Formats: sequence, C-alpha cells, structure tokens
Amino acid sequence: MQISPVLWQFLVKILHNASVFPPEASTIAPYMDALYFYLLTVTAVGLVLVGSLVAYFSLRYRASKHPKAVQIEGSTILEATWTIIPLAIFLISFVWGALLYFRIFNAPPNAMNIYVVGKQWMWKAEHPGGQHEINALHVPTGRPVQLTLISQDVFHSFSVPAFRVKREAIPGRYTTVWFNATTPGEYHLFCTQYCGTLHSGMIGTVTVMTPADYDRWLKESTSGMSMAQNGERIFASMGCNACHTGTATARGPNLAGVYGSKLMLADGSTITVDAAYLRDAILNPSAHNVSGYAPIMPTYQGQMSEEGILDLVEYIRGLESNDRVQQTLTTTELPTSAPTAQEVKP
Amino acid sequence: MDNQAINETLGAGALADGHAEHVSLPQMRHHFETEEQQREAASLGMWLFLLTEIMFFGGLFMAYLLYRNWYHDAFVAASNTLSIPLGAFNTGVLISSGFMMALAVWAAEMRKKGLLVVFLVLTTILGLVFMGVKYVEYKEKFELRHVPGESFDISRFVNPTPEARDQQHLPVDTARKTELFFSLYFVMTGMHALHMIIGIGLLVWLIARAQKGDFSAGYVAPIENFALYWHFVDIIWIFLFPLLYLINIHPGR
Amino acid sequence: MSTIVSLPDQRTATLPKKSYLNNEQGLLSWLLTGDHKRIAILYLISITVFFFIGGAMAGLIRLELLTPQGDLMSSDTYNKLFTMHGVVMVFLFLVPSVPATLGNFFIPMMIGARDLAFPRINLLSWYLYTIAGILMLTTMVLGGVDTGWTFTTPLSTHYVNTHVVTTGLMVFVAGFSSVFTGLNFIVTIHRMRAPGMTWFRMPLFVWAHYAASILMVLGTPVLAITIVLVALERTIGIGVFDPTRGGDPLLFQHLFWFYSHPAVYIMILPGMGVISEVISTFSRKRVFGYSAVAFSSVAIAVFGFFVWAHHMYIMGLSNYSAMVFSLLTMLVAVPSAIKIFNWTATLYKGSITFETPMLYVFGFIGMFTIGGLTGVFLGTMGTDIHLTETYFIVAHFHFVMVGGMLMAFLAGIHFWWPKMTGRMYPEGLSKIAAVITFVGFILTFMPQFVLGYLGMPRRYHAYPPEFQILNVLSTAGATVLGVGYMLPLLYLGWSLKYGAIAGDNPWQATGLEWQTASPPPTENFAKTPVVDYEAYDYERLEEMQKREVTTVG
Repeated sequence: MQISPVLWQFLVKILHNASVFPPEASTIAPYMDALYFYLLTVTAVGLVLVGSLVAYFSLRYRASKHPKAVQIEGSTILEATWTIIPLAIFLISFVWGALLYFRIFNAPPNAMNIYVVGKQWMWKAEHPGGQHEINALHVPTGRPVQLTLISQDVFHSFSVPAFRVKREAIPGRYTTVWFNATTPGEYHLFCTQYCGTLHSGMIGTVTVMTPADYDRWLKESTSGMSMAQNGERIFASMGCNACHTGTATARGPNLAGVYGSKLMLADGSTITVDAAYLRDAILNPSAHNVSGYAPIMPTYQGQMSEEGILDLVEYIRGLESNDRVQQTLTTTELPTSAPTAQEVKP
Repeated sequence: MDNQAINETLGAGALADGHAEHVSLPQMRHHFETEEQQREAASLGMWLFLLTEIMFFGGLFMAYLLYRNWYHDAFVAASNTLSIPLGAFNTGVLISSGFMMALAVWAAEMRKKGLLVVFLVLTTILGLVFMGVKYVEYKEKFELRHVPGESFDISRFVNPTPEARDQQHLPVDTARKTELFFSLYFVMTGMHALHMIIGIGLLVWLIARAQKGDFSAGYVAPIENFALYWHFVDIIWIFLFPLLYLINIHPGR
Repeated sequence: MSTIVSLPDQRTATLPKKSYLNNEQGLLSWLLTGDHKRIAILYLISITVFFFIGGAMAGLIRLELLTPQGDLMSSDTYNKLFTMHGVVMVFLFLVPSVPATLGNFFIPMMIGARDLAFPRINLLSWYLYTIAGILMLTTMVLGGVDTGWTFTTPLSTHYVNTHVVTTGLMVFVAGFSSVFTGLNFIVTIHRMRAPGMTWFRMPLFVWAHYAASILMVLGTPVLAITIVLVALERTIGIGVFDPTRGGDPLLFQHLFWFYSHPAVYIMILPGMGVISEVISTFSRKRVFGYSAVAFSSVAIAVFGFFVWAHHMYIMGLSNYSAMVFSLLTMLVAVPSAIKIFNWTATLYKGSITFETPMLYVFGFIGMFTIGGLTGVFLGTMGTDIHLTETYFIVAHFHFVMVGGMLMAFLAGIHFWWPKMTGRMYPEGLSKIAAVITFVGFILTFMPQFVLGYLGMPRRYHAYPPEFQILNVLSTAGATVLGVGYMLPLLYLGWSLKYGAIAGDNPWQATGLEWQTASPPPTENFAKTPVVDYEAYDYERLEEMQKREVTTVG
C-alpha cells in the first residue's frame, strides 16, 4: 500500500465507525478498498470538474451578462483530450481490477477446503472433518480458505462483505472462491442472488476465530464421521468399489492418488482431475471415458445429493492406497481398524 | 439551393425546382414524396424486419451450437432418428416453392395477372406440402415418445431395436442428453413452421388481391417484399436441414 | 446584432384553427389514426399511466424498507412488487418513453417529412404496447410474478408458481412494439429526409434515435426468443436451461443479457438526444462537436452489443472471458464521457437562460456523470465482485435511468409541450417541481451507494438493523421524489386548458419543427421544406427574424 498504513487504518476505521463502511476482515479487503477509493476519487474529480464547469459557464455566460452567443463548431484537440484521458483512467481501472479479480478467484495451492451447498433457503457448510453448519461458517485466521460452492436448486450467491468476496452458487457445477481472514469476529453472510420467497432469510454469520479457538471448535462440533469417511461409505454402498478396485484387471481406473493428476481420455484429450471433473465423471461418465477402459460406468444422476457427491470428492482427494477398497469388496462392513490414509488432514 | 443534396434525397424523378411529379398509382401513400420513395422505404423495411428474424433465430442457433459441442454423441444418435429422405424431400419442396415465388415476382413485374396468380397458388401448394410432411414427421416423433417433457423416452437409445438404423447402444447419461436435441429440433422447426403458416396466410391474401388485379398494374411492392420474406423462411430451413438431419452423415452410410 | 430573443408577445399569440388535434373528431379518429403526432399522444397517455403504476410499486417497496423487519407485507408480496416494478418501469416506461412519444412526434418533423415511413405499423406498435400493458395488468390482478425482472432460470422455469408465462408474453409483445418503432425510425431517417437534409444536417436528437433504433431492431428479437424458450420450458417441459437434464442455466444468462445490456442504451440514447436539443436552445448555441456527439451515439450502439457478460462476472465465466468483457466495457464508457464534455463545452460563450427544461438538463448532466462513472466501478472486474448484487447496483442504475433518462424525458416533455399542445406550462411551478425532483432523487439514491458497499443485498425484504438509517433516508427521499413527479402531472394537465398560448416558437429554437404552428397541422408542412443550412444555425434564425414580421398563430 502506497498510503501510510496508519493513515489507511485511520480512514477505514473512521468510516467503519460511522457505519458507512464495512469492516476489513480479510487479506484482500484492503486491496479491494484501495481500488474503490481510486474509483471514488475519479468520480469525485469528474463530478467536481463537470459540475464546476457547468456552474461557472452558466453564471458567467448567462443571458443577462452575455447576450450574444458565439457559435463554436468544435475542437478536435479537445475531443482527443477528453477521449484519451478518460480512456486512460478507465484502462487503469481495468488493469487494476483484472489483477484483483484474478487474485480473488485463483486460490493459493495450500488453501484449506470447505464445501458449501446452497439451497432454498439456507447455506450448508461442510468441513472436511465432518463438521456441518447451517447458515454459519467458522474459519480460522491467517489461513487461506477455499470454498467450493454448488447449489441444489436455483442460483444463489455466497457473499461475505467483510471479506469483500462473493461468488455465485450455480446448480450443476462447482464454483470456488477463497479468502484469508485476518480479524476474529462475527461477520455477515448473505445470499445475494434472488432465489425466491425467503431470499432475504438466507443469511448467516461467518465466525472468524484464532487458530487455537478454531481447533477447539472443530473438535467440539464434529459429528463423528469426516467427509472422507462418509465418502468411503458411499463409495462402497453405491458399488463403486466393484469396478474401481485398484487392481491391474479392474474395470475402472485406479482412483488412489488420481486427484490432481492428468488423465488421458478416450477421445485423446488430457484433463487434470479436480473436483469439477470428479463430479461430472460421476454424473455423466460416458462423456469422460478414460482411455484404455470400456465405457461401462453407469450414471449416478438423481441417486446422490450434492453433499454425497462432495463427500465422494473429498474421499477421492485423500485416497492414497486401495487397501481398504479391496477389503470392502469381501466384507459388508468397513474395517474397524484405525483409519490411516483416509484421515482428514486439517 | 443545394441541388446535389436535393437530388440525392429525392432520387430520380425530381424536377429542377425540387418538386416531384405526382404519380398516379392508386396505392400511393401521400406521406411519401414519390412512388419510388414509397417502394424503397417498403423494401428497406422488409430487409430490416428480416434482420430482426435473423437475430430471433440466432438465439436458437447459439443454443444449438453450444449443446452440439457439449453432447456430440447424443446429438448424432438423435439426429439419426430423423428421416433424411423426408427432410431432403421437404428441402426440395421449399426450394421449388421459392422458385415459384420468384416467378411470381417476375409475373407481377411483367404485369401478367394470370401467371401471377398461378405462381402464387403453386407457391402456396408447395408450402402446404411442406407442412404436411412436417406433420408426418412430428407424428412419428410423438409415437416414439421423443417429444421432450414428462413422457420423454430414452429406451430406443439405450436398447435400440433391431430395425433402428445404425443405432448404437448409448449409455444412459448420454441418452438422456438426446432430449436436448429434440428440444432444439422442435423449437427450431416449430418456429420455422410458424413462420411458414404466417407466410401461407399472407399468400392466401395476396392471391385474393392478385386475382382482383391489384398487382399487375405497376404496383408490385407487396409481392416483392413478401418474396423476400418467403425466401428468408426458405433459407432458415436450408440451415436447419443439415444442422438437424445431417449430423455425422458420411457417404455410403 | 444580438441573439437575445425578444420572445414574441404572447398576448397576441393564438391557437391555429386547425391542427392535428382537432383535424378529425371522435374516438375512432384517434384509435385508427395514422398520424404520428396523434400516436405520440396516445403513447404519452399510456406511458404516464404505467409510470405511475410502477411508481406506486416503488413507493410500497420503500415503505416496507423503512424498517429492518419484513412487517408491512409478506415476502412473496414484496418479491412480486419489486419484480413488477422492474418489468413495468423497464418495458412499459423506459424503453418506449422518449422514442414513442417525442421520437414519434418529432423525428418526421425534424427531417422535414410528413409522417413516418409506415404509419399503420406505427399504430400497430401502439396497439402492441397497449396489449402488453393489459397483459401486465392481468398479471397483477391474477396475483403477480416474483422472479425479478431478470427471470433468472432455473428459478423462473421450475421453482415459482406465479404468472411467469403471462408476464413473459407481455414482454414479448412489448418487444415487438419496440422493434417496429425502431424499424420505422430507421427507414424514415434513411429514406424520407427533406431535400437538402443530409445526415450531418440532422438534429442530434435524430442521430440518437437512429442509434437507439439499431439496438431495438437487432437486440430485442434475442430477448423474444429467450422468453419463448423460458415459456416453453415452463409449459411443455423442454429442458434447454435445466441442469438436471443437461441444459445450462448460464445459457439463459448469456441470451438474456445479450439483449438487456443494449436495452439500457436503448433507454438512454434518446434521452441524450433530448439533452442535445435543449442545451443548444437555452444556450443559443450550436452543440459543441456535432460530429463527435453524433458518432458517439453510434459508437455506444455498436460497442453496447459486446459487453453483456459484465453482468455475469461472478457467475462462473472464465477469468479470460471476464477480461475481454471488462475491457470492452471501458471502451463503451468513453463515448458517454465525450458527450458530457461536449455538452458542457456547449455552454461556453453561450447565452444561457434557465427555463425548466434547462434545469432538468443540468440535473441530467450531474446525475448521469455519477451514474455513468459508478458504472465503471461495476465494469471493473475486481470491484464488481464486492459490489455486484448489492444496493450499489440499484443505486447505479437508478442514477442513470431516473437521474438520467427520466430527467431527460421530463426535459423533453417540458421543452416540446408548447409545440405539442399549443400551451405553455406554468414556469414558476415547474421550476419548483424540478428542484424538488432533484433533491428527492439525491436523498433517495445516494444512501444506496453506501448501503451497497456495506454489503446490503438487493431484492431483500428484510435486512440487518444496522442498515436502517440509510434506508430511512432513502425512503424519505422517495417521498419527496413522489411529490416532484406528481406536480408535472397536475400542472401539465392544468395547462391544457389554462396555460398561456405558446405561439410557433416560444423558445426561438432552431429545428424544422419550430417553423410550424403550435400545435402543428396534420400534414406537418404545407410545402416540403428544402434545407440548405446546418442544424442549430442560430445566425440564420436571427436573419429570418429580422426579415419576417413576427406574428404568431
């Protein structure tokens, strides 16, 4: 920040205390506010310039003082000036804004994941450790948090003004946004895309805690099963383990370690396996036929909730060996030995 | 006086003092200066209207582009259930209908009332033949339950019957996407058919007026402008036919 | 030699015996008219009715928002109110307001024609508009629609039970009204200019309408097909936008905004045309940079087609697509800036008077500058993330549409009222109304920028209590604004019977329309004018005044 941090804090805090400015509670918020102040300055300058010229000309050249108008056709120089200068100002805003946008929508690689499903009219957040929240989100300070969003029905939009982030939750595909909270406290969570009757009721609280408090909260709120454990259960009960056994003769590709890797599809294209790919492969498998395997995977469209798919995604993300998969083929219960590879890494 | 500017705006037929000769056609509308101005205005109006129609169908073509790109296999399979012979026949019918309409314009310009009526009638008949074939096609789709909605049935794609032409067995999730093809098929051909029905209605009116001699005495603008509309509807079909019927068709197949 | 206009002694002005108003009598002569002037008046009446209906809805919305809780009405009712406020204001007021009233009335006169190219299609446009209006009233009576004026799928296709199809039909029909108006204008401007009236001698009002007409003709059909697809999805179940069947709800967004962004330029360009005319007249000066203003209208129209996805930055566009649209949005902002500067420069060394139309022009310049620049906040990708879907957006578009377009409409109505009716409106009262409107507007919508940055979402029935003060300010302003809009209705109506007689050219304006009687005869001009002078030629007007005896009537 080119402005002195003291001055900046002063400005932002005064505005916030006057209830005309939201708190800055994330690492990106000051960057957003800086661009905003630039644009405010441009607007103020533009308004003052135009306003004072209009006022001055109106008074100076009012009919009683200036009875004869001078007919002026125009001036190419002036036209060029007031074309190029505004264009330059707008282009500065464009570049700055594009950089900010890329920053907000490209998460750093070490971000922790939280999954959010929006539905009429509530937000359901799931932490990988199995903590479920409704219309609430607990996050620690100082760590990048990536939210993977999806809607179960119509468009919703996950908005946390204090963090200056917002992202649409779309039915049928994942969207992501990340932030790094800086100040403990409680902040508004809004749904900002009109979604029906209780759109204005789809609000909640984002609680930012110190890392120690957050760990304590995690332990207190867990429902016992982490997302990956639930995913493992779905994997077995839906019969995925029948084909994705991980052996050399398996009918389906090996899923251990597949997350983040590159796969060659039957049509010759290469894709990187991420959450969006996994979801689509589960729901529309014939479009994602992996090279070397027969296109026999059935679709699970309509058989799983979005939460279930997210559980599977989280499970596959952390899958490093197929031992437990092969075990489940011969038993009807999951092994009761202490989970190893599947344990969630916070 | 700025003579060049005057002549530009009035067009041919302007006299030196800037006024136009009064033309004595009964259909001359008096807010126009000259008959030529009226004819040019009507023609420009029709071209602009056709431009709006291009934008109207354009939205559908965009949707088609998107989904054909996403669900190519489903589109191929669905397209193969359409009857190419019927579609090709219909294309021929429409092209002939357009030809008849062009001849009708010629007849009007040549002031041949009898021929004008004959060609208009032939245009109409061919248009009705087209609609009849479309009815047959739609009926088949209803019977096969390929109409999008609650009763859409993908079983023919998942388990093709022996007599189904070149149908390959589709996985269920791809088969479900054929409903999108049929959605676009019905909306696009349905919109086209609606425009044809309107055109046929206008043709009937034009035939009645042509029979009275309205268009064989020098006033041909309605015939010319309707011909533009009719040719446009024809061109839309010329795009629809390959896009809907001929996906992935190779010689010898 | 001065350009001070000694206004003709209005006490001697008389109304012409025969004008377009009394040329033919009887209701049918109005309902079956081909006269563009009568059609303009028909539109003026319908548009006024729908403006006040939409305004009443706005009043109820603001009333509800006085308190943080949703205590005045149920959520469903509130959702219906803001939806219908948007639909009525956008499709039944803003889009047709200036083109269908002032455009219809004055484009033929300004170019020296006797009527538009297709008078019967013009009448058809009005009937389509009226049918659309009736459909809207039907929707309201049947229980309303609550999808938001943007009809977002899948909410509008699968998740509401309200009258989406009726409203969609209404928008479809109103769209055709708009298309035919635009088509009429384009053909008229191309083919029916008087001898000597070259493109660059036309008033800028005509250029603005030409640009808006291109948008009407090319953009509206895309909205039409989008609505057809939504209606079909609701009724017979095609799944083009349904993600559970492979459809893409984002396709709807692209198709919808492909029209709805150019639509905002359809709404504002004619208003900008009015500003050019009024500012020139009350500065007694030609508009500075005529070509620049004319070309910037066309540039706005052209660029306006390529920026639609700036309404979709957070909806899952790829970062690179978003960049392209943001860059183009910056480009489309520049021509509007050019116009503002050219209008300001028009005042330089002019001879300025402050009649009511000029007051509205000053209001426009200020409000549109703010509204337009806040558009840059939204076109900038980074800030849009925080600002989109909040009250910042609401404030932005109300600044450009109400502070901009509506003020321009009022400027135009006041400016041409003497020509259309033969009567002057009461100047003192109208100035007061203009100031009230201005104050009310700022009070209503300025707080909403602050609310937006604070994060208050739009379309919210209830809101967190800390936002209340700003909402109360906004509602207070809305009350003042309401008074400001009621006044013109009252005094303009009053002036029809009791206003001073205007005479041919009470403002001593240039322009062919001012060389006819007020109100004009049905055929506009006894003889087709021949034009050998530029637009805004005040020196020529002066010459003419010196040579003619100034009798009016």
